[in-house]
Amino acid sequence: MENTIEATGLELSYGETRALAGVDLSAPAGTVLGVLGPNGAGKTTAVRVLATLLRADSGTARICGHDVATEPDRVRGLIGLTGQYASVDEDLTGRQNLVMIGRLLGLSRPEAHARATELLGQFSLTDAGGRSAKTYSGGMRRRLDLAASLVNRPRVLFLDEPTTGLDPRSRNEVWDTVRGLVDDGTTVLLTTQYLEEADELADDIVVFDEGSVVARGTSDELKARTGAQTLTVRPRDRADLPRVLAVLQQVSGAVPTTDARGTSSVPVPNEAVLGAVFDRLTGQGIAVSELAVRLPSLDDVFFALTGHGAEDETPTDSRQEALA
Amino acid sequence: MTTATATPPTTAPRPAARTTSSSALQQSLTLAWRNVVKIRHQPEALMDVSLQPIIFTVLFVFVFGGAIAGDWHDYLTYLVPGILVQTLMFATGGIGVALNNDITKGVFDRFRSLPIARSAPLVGAVLADVVRYATSIVVLFAFVTALGFRTTEGLPAAVLAVLVGIAFAMCLSWLFVWIGLVVRSAGAVQGIGFLAMFPLVFGSSALVAVDTLPGWLQAFTRNNPVTHLIDTIRGLLLGGPVAGPLAWTAGWAALLLVVFVPLAMRAYRRRV
Ligand SMILES: Nc1ncnc2c1ncn2[C@@H]1O[C@H](COP(=O)(O)OP(=O)(O)OP(=O)(O)O)[C@@H](O)[C@H]1O
Ligand SMILES: [Mg+2]
Repeated sequence: MENTIEATGLELSYGETRALAGVDLSAPAGTVLGVLGPNGAGKTTAVRVLATLLRADSGTARICGHDVATEPDRVRGLIGLTGQYASVDEDLTGRQNLVMIGRLLGLSRPEAHARATELLGQFSLTDAGGRSAKTYSGGMRRRLDLAASLVNRPRVLFLDEPTTGLDPRSRNEVWDTVRGLVDDGTTVLLTTQYLEEADELADDIVVFDEGSVVARGTSDELKARTGAQTLTVRPRDRADLPRVLAVLQQVSGAVPTTDARGTSSVPVPNEAVLGAVFDRLTGQGIAVSELAVRLPSLDDVFFALTGHGAEDETPTDSRQEALA
Repeated sequence: MTTATATPPTTAPRPAARTTSSSALQQSLTLAWRNVVKIRHQPEALMDVSLQPIIFTVLFVFVFGGAIAGDWHDYLTYLVPGILVQTLMFATGGIGVALNNDITKGVFDRFRSLPIARSAPLVGAVLADVVRYATSIVVLFAFVTALGFRTTEGLPAAVLAVLVGIAFAMCLSWLFVWIGLVVRSAGAVQGIGFLAMFPLVFGSSALVAVDTLPGWLQAFTRNNPVTHLIDTIRGLLLGGPVAGPLAWTAGWAALLLVVFVPLAMRAYRRRV
């Protein structure tokens, strides 16, 4: 069974900038592929190649077996795209935007209106449907954009940072929508800066950095790659901090770090050490307000893999500093 | 088929909403509808084309009219075909700016990801501009009729004159479609548009009879497509030869299409 999304060796340069340096991607039908990466990693470029908006310099990409370069029209009939920047027509109302796309896709006028009504309802835009999209908030605009990419009930959906700028409630609504679509068999490729989002939605995750895939796997596999779990302690009284650090060092054999809130953390091999730490702290009469062992978050993984955080604005600079 | 392979965890994909693809014409009309809706949402978009014919008429008839022909009434009669064409020419320039804006705002990304004819967004924009052309012509005729202008060749000929003018404008607008796609910013599109327009519009028979011009300028003016168009329309509104200028106009219109439609389509495909 061929993968619904299948790309091999995609390369693309904008002049001197190498945006994609040989990218392989694949997603079986009905799954969510999460693409993570810092700013400028090439996520949007990859999405635009897969959605037939850009042509790769080399490499091939197939959607449901159709080559994006040689059969773009077949591919366009199968996909929906929500770009990173909302592509709704601001001078039209929400409803007119959706009706226009329905008409372009060959729906009759009544069919297009019916579909628009359905989608406006699904994205909580029914009341705003008659207003010009110019008056929408950022989140409403993104929801309309998402609705617009679903008019043709695509089999493959590309979402480029779909929840950037959404409040938590809207974000959850978008997540629910994505889950619903996937349950119905839609294949989704989703780029995101939010590691939590990839954790929530993606079956498989690829991590991009500077145009290449630096890691791939399920969320758990990626977390396992950084190995250790983390033990965190926060003493109730900050004055106890030196004694807490000493205990942590004794038990783990590693040097703990402390954040601004006075929470100390140290990598530990397993959660069995928790008991030992607890015994020693109570033995010394140190009261703690927080004591936990947690799996590494995708944030930790991301940092370990790319050498910089997800929100880092200047990846190249930090890399150069690291080399210097 | 030896073993039952693990079935992928999918339900059957739903069929596309409808498989019959609508024709390129239907798509272009839908996108023309989009542009007309935009005009309805902000009627001030028609301000330029409604004021231009009035300003040109007042300017040329009353500022230059006395100096050029003596009696402003006679000059008004001479001038109407020229102003009609001038306003149409300037109205065509707007399309480049509009397209440039659409592209920078990302609306075209949506169109380009849909299974529609590549040409549909451009053809739609060209078709929608008929609203602008018609507006400018209606305003012009209302204004000059109030000033006492009358056609001599009857209503059918006048209607034909208007149709010829609009058809030519639609062909010329492909030049501005192309400029709008290859130039980066909307401001630059406007500047280049005016640069291309001024010699064509003013180096024509719009304001003065070609015979009165110096020889070197006559050579340009006689071969200017705008002159042929104005002469056609003058013939249809006020009498005079029509067949000759009409043939030249049609030839120029065809040439504009043959050159600029492919250039515009190529630029559209390339523009990321
Ligand atoms: N049109 C363009 N012209 C020139 N360079 C570009 C263009 N688009 C993107 N780039 C460059 O290509 C690289 C990859 O950009 P891309 O937009 O794919 O990154 P991204 O992963 O989507 O980043 P972000 O998280 O900020 O959206 C960047 O270095 C960017 O500067
Ligand atoms: Mg991006």
